[in-house]
Amino acid sequence: MCLGVPGQILDVVESPLRLGRVAFGPTIKEVSLACVPEAGPGAWVVVHAGLALDQLDEAEAKYMLDCIEQLDPGWAEGGP
Amino acid sequence: MKFVDEFRDGHAARTLSEAIRRKVTRPWSLMEVCGGQTHAIVRFGLDELLPKELNLIHGPGCPVCVTPVALIDQALAIAARPEVTFCSFGDMLRVPGSAEDLFSVKSRGADVRVVYSPLDALALARDLPDREVVFFAVGFETTAPANALAVSQAKQEGLHNFSILVSHVRVPPALEAILASPQRRVDAFLAAGHVCSIMGIEEYLPLAAKHHVPIVVTAFEPVDLLQGIYMCVAQLEEGRAEVENQYSRLVKAGGNRPAQALIQEVFQVVDRTWRGIGGIPNSGFGLREDYAEYDASRRFHVEDVGGPESPDCQSGLVLQGLLKPPQCPAFGKACTPDHPLGATMVSSEGACAAYYRYRRFEPVN
Repeated sequence: MCLGVPGQILDVVESPLRLGRVAFGPTIKEVSLACVPEAGPGAWVVVHAGLALDQLDEAEAKYMLDCIEQLDPGWAEGGP
Repeated sequence: MKFVDEFRDGHAARTLSEAIRRKVTRPWSLMEVCGGQTHAIVRFGLDELLPKELNLIHGPGCPVCVTPVALIDQALAIAARPEVTFCSFGDMLRVPGSAEDLFSVKSRGADVRVVYSPLDALALARDLPDREVVFFAVGFETTAPANALAVSQAKQEGLHNFSILVSHVRVPPALEAILASPQRRVDAFLAAGHVCSIMGIEEYLPLAAKHHVPIVVTAFEPVDLLQGIYMCVAQLEEGRAEVENQYSRLVKAGGNRPAQALIQEVFQVVDRTWRGIGGIPNSGFGLREDYAEYDASRRFHVEDVGGPESPDCQSGLVLQGLLKPPQCPAFGKACTPDHPLGATMVSSEGACAAYYRYRRFEPVN
């Protein structure tokens, strides 16, 4: 029910609902970007029930993946 | 970065699984709050990657599952009216009320439609000015901004043929009820990532402190869930009880302020009844008086409609983590996704439906 799907903004129409087209892989849907007022074309957002919940932060995603890498016992020898 | 594939990586999952095994020294019970998390855990068999000391309890975080029978009966009464076009997320159509479901009403000719968003229902209200368009506004905090936006926009446009039947619930009061229960079995929570993307983590800080329980805001992919479990276990083994954020790529500590402003404008906190659990104070949203015109329950005078729950359904125990679905005598026999006794067998995020789909024949300890 609280399913949220990551997608990349293609364009935005400035209006009260701030509608824009978002690409979810090959599927393109019109969603409201009203709650992500600073997100423009190229930004990644998570969309739920036709509304973008927020922007995705690539640096944070990489940080959490790096944290997992550091749990690998071989990381200290083979890692950066 | 595609924000999905990276979090389904097998090597990362194995690394986390092994790190969890190294960390665990004694039994712990973790509750994943959100039905989407339950679905992913059962679908990907993540619990099978965990040491036997860890017990995952499936929480009440499926709004379809916790919508009370009385509200389903109100929806049925409204949908049956000839002037109404009733819109809903697809999951709700097979949820049994006290006598039937929305599909039954639709089969008798009612105009019941599945929509993807409340904004789709709003567009229908514009296109069908002679119809009363009603949206079944079911959801947690995640869905509240979209519903608030639809109602706010209807008011701005002067659309008087649009209304919503509100069944909105809030997560923190439910966690408080679970933690305060004398039957409490939960040592730590994987909090619902998308709920927190809207509301932030502040509401969870007093819960963690008061009940000395680790709470880790967690996303929905397999690697996310294993990392959330690792963070919970690390806290438990180290004697910490903090709110941590595994889903930092989306969730900010303060949440989404524009979304919170929308909720605040349209909704107020109200008491709600949870199907199978009962009344929980301050556990829901209802429309503010300024938006009472858009309240379908008032518009169609169905406030007093509503019947009892099936006595054979034990979803209340499942929703509180006191019973695994296959332990219910009706599971897979009198109760299947085609003929559900309760909502946990209906929604794909319901624990019973997830077990039926992926684990039907497995014994449960």
